[in-house]
Amino acid sequence: MKLLQRWKVVPDSDDSVIEQLRERLSNLRIRDVWEFFIERLIWLSGISMIVIVALIFLFLLREGSAAFLDIPLRQLFGRRWYPIEGIFGIWPLIVGSILVTAGAIAIAIPLGLITAIYIGEIAPDWQRDLLKPIIEVLAGIPSIVLGFLGWIALAPLIQRLGAPTGLTIFTGSLILAYMSLPTIISISEDALYAVPKSYRNGALAIGATQWQTIWRVVLPAARSGLVIAIMLGIGRAIGETMAVMLVTGNAANIPDLTPGLIFQPARTMTATIAAEMGEVAQGSLHYSVLFGIGIILFVITFAINSIASRLVGVQEAGQRQKRG
Amino acid sequence: MSRQQAQKVVVAIITAVAALVVIPIILVIAFIVIQGIGAISWEFLTTMPRNGMREGGIMPAILGTVLLTFGTFIACIPLAIGTAIYLAEYAGENRLTRWVRLAIVNLAGIPSIVYGLFGLGAFVLFMKLGTSIIAGSLTLGIMTLPVVISTAEEAILAVPQRFRVVSLSLGATRWQTIRHQVLPHALPGILTGVILGLSRAAGETAPLLFTVAAFYLPDLPASLFDQTMALPYHLYVISTQVPDMPVSIQYGTALVLLLFVLSLTLVAAIVRTRMRRRREW
Amino acid sequence: MPMEPLLSIKNLYFTYEDEIEALRDISLDIYPHEVFVLFGPSRSGKTTLLRLLNRLSDLKAGCERQGLIEFKGKNIFDPDVVVSDLRRNISMVFALPSPLPGSIYDNLTYGLKMAGIRDTAVLEEQVEKSLQQAALWDEVKDRLHKSAFALSGGQQQRLCIARSLALEPEVILLDNPTSGLDPLSTSVVEDSLQELKQYYCIIMVPHSVQQAARVADRAGFMLDGELIEVERGAALFTRPRDQRTEDYITGRFG
Repeated sequence: MKLLQRWKVVPDSDDSVIEQLRERLSNLRIRDVWEFFIERLIWLSGISMIVIVALIFLFLLREGSAAFLDIPLRQLFGRRWYPIEGIFGIWPLIVGSILVTAGAIAIAIPLGLITAIYIGEIAPDWQRDLLKPIIEVLAGIPSIVLGFLGWIALAPLIQRLGAPTGLTIFTGSLILAYMSLPTIISISEDALYAVPKSYRNGALAIGATQWQTIWRVVLPAARSGLVIAIMLGIGRAIGETMAVMLVTGNAANIPDLTPGLIFQPARTMTATIAAEMGEVAQGSLHYSVLFGIGIILFVITFAINSIASRLVGVQEAGQRQKRG
Repeated sequence: MSRQQAQKVVVAIITAVAALVVIPIILVIAFIVIQGIGAISWEFLTTMPRNGMREGGIMPAILGTVLLTFGTFIACIPLAIGTAIYLAEYAGENRLTRWVRLAIVNLAGIPSIVYGLFGLGAFVLFMKLGTSIIAGSLTLGIMTLPVVISTAEEAILAVPQRFRVVSLSLGATRWQTIRHQVLPHALPGILTGVILGLSRAAGETAPLLFTVAAFYLPDLPASLFDQTMALPYHLYVISTQVPDMPVSIQYGTALVLLLFVLSLTLVAAIVRTRMRRRREW
Repeated sequence: MPMEPLLSIKNLYFTYEDEIEALRDISLDIYPHEVFVLFGPSRSGKTTLLRLLNRLSDLKAGCERQGLIEFKGKNIFDPDVVVSDLRRNISMVFALPSPLPGSIYDNLTYGLKMAGIRDTAVLEEQVEKSLQQAALWDEVKDRLHKSAFALSGGQQQRLCIARSLALEPEVILLDNPTSGLDPLSTSVVEDSLQELKQYYCIIMVPHSVQQAARVADRAGFMLDGELIEVERGAALFTRPRDQRTEDYITGRFG
């Protein structure tokens, strides 16, 4: 007796074999339908990612487009945010977001890059095995916990330094900087790791010190990866909500351009949405404007991530060419 | 200064900066543990809040977070695994695949508060689910997709190619090969990704604000369509919205949240290493 | 030959994604119950041809193919061909022992289970029969449910052969099956081939010219993607017609 469906489909004279064959064929057909079905489902889940991003944007538009249609753009990007009187100028919020993010990046980039260099180039193995989990733990701390700590412990410290209040741009930037560090460190570390060993050995062989090698050879080679680390760090910082809301003082003013700028309070776009959405009437103009701010945030992060991933694509392609 | 001296100075500076990154992390954790450990008792974990949340426990918030974490799991698993299989096993190198990947990268980058807005617009209002556990779970589930997808895809790709070839050569179909040779071996990695994603979701506050979280509820939720309290939001509420709040309860809540989230991360790490040890190839 | 060919390759061309031509104008008939050996220097296209025969070549994207391979008169590249059925009928054993994770029993029954056979009695019968044919039964009959990775390299390779036999294919493709084996295991495998050809058609890429000469009923010499000459084993290895074949056999290149 042959067990499986034979290749040749010339009918055998033995009836029972044909019976069996038929049965097997119908089993196979059920299986084929099932597989067709499941493979379609898998395909659909892949496609659904595009659909979800589109849906997020559409729902933001649905609730928020009125902000851009009903308020003259000049007013919408005006310098006063005073929702109680119906004045929706989001410029102070944008400035707030930019300042807090810029501060965070100014702190996080040197810290992150140098830590990545330490982990990737200098630290002995046992330290590396210790440092990586610690940084993973930092990535795992909920933002509300860091915000709470910033609010209850860090802000009083900063006030003692002489600022009029502890809830300032600087406080927000400092907390945000630590929150974006895991992103920046891990991506820059990957970028450094991707630099071929031969580059290093070449530089060391002609008598460069370790530091000269890192500075002249490794960092330039890892440049594009580092740029991406910085961009994604910015993306992470600009979208952060709870921590910022707790520690930046939430004053919707444009800070004075003085040397003490960073010790003034500010309010970000994200914090505004979080703080005010609970109090607005659904469908009101204020409600639409808050969604409008969401649209702006969506567009900013979308742009950052699209550009960064395009750069990654180009970089990967470059590496592939090198290998080939 | 000679080059060798310069080298020494630079290495010292780099080491100092790395310490500046790492030491505060340890301090933060230690600080919360020291300040919060005193508040934690069986009563704190298992009773309802009393006296405007200034006394009693945080049980409803813990329960809410557990429920939401579970809901997130249900909401994100099918799509996440399906997409990971699609990317690792089916997707060709074409424009569609690039779009899917771009969409995932962007999903990962969308601010959590924007997810909150989306959840409000899509689930709470449009689908008329109301502020409810189900709306919150769906919102968190979508937010968690990218983390789970990328770790799951990595885990699937890590299964040796020869198992696929052997399976196909024995007459297995493509899906049978995935089902019997790829997924079982990728499971630990996929699980790690799922738990990691859930630990992120469990600590999120912003997406909960308008989709599920309640300031205070005298009763526990009775169904998926009820609101619930949740640990992160509760921490926010008691640290900023309630006057005369005892500091110990605040730190205690922060510690419970931190432990919940970090223990999930730890579980993920353990799953990863244990399963790796059991591997035979 | 009077017999109908089992496999008939007609004017086959094959090109990989990087546009390197791997096979050029191959035409070849293979008959039931013979051991056909494809030999030649590395990268001459032997493995490529072998993988085309049960369409494992499908796994690589961006390849181009012209020409036909007919199995029992039907072109295996026709759109209505069910590839998994084809692969059950033309089964491949790889160069390196490649057990699947799981027990010996799991490995042997995998293909049958995927084909929808669940009857334990049938599965167990096939396990014993295929292990007997691959000369492995006595060594493993007491530990069928132990991990396949616990076997020695030679045992693993015979397990892989048995795993193919369990499907009762008509053609077995052996891609340098003794490459990782010690001389003793190699001779066990070679001996079992002589037994197997009573039931199957075997197409093999050998480890060496010596091995080719030992096992071949007929042999084909390949060079740079072309099939230079095909002859009965004894004739080819003693009196090759083509100068290039002679050079290779006598070790002047390759």
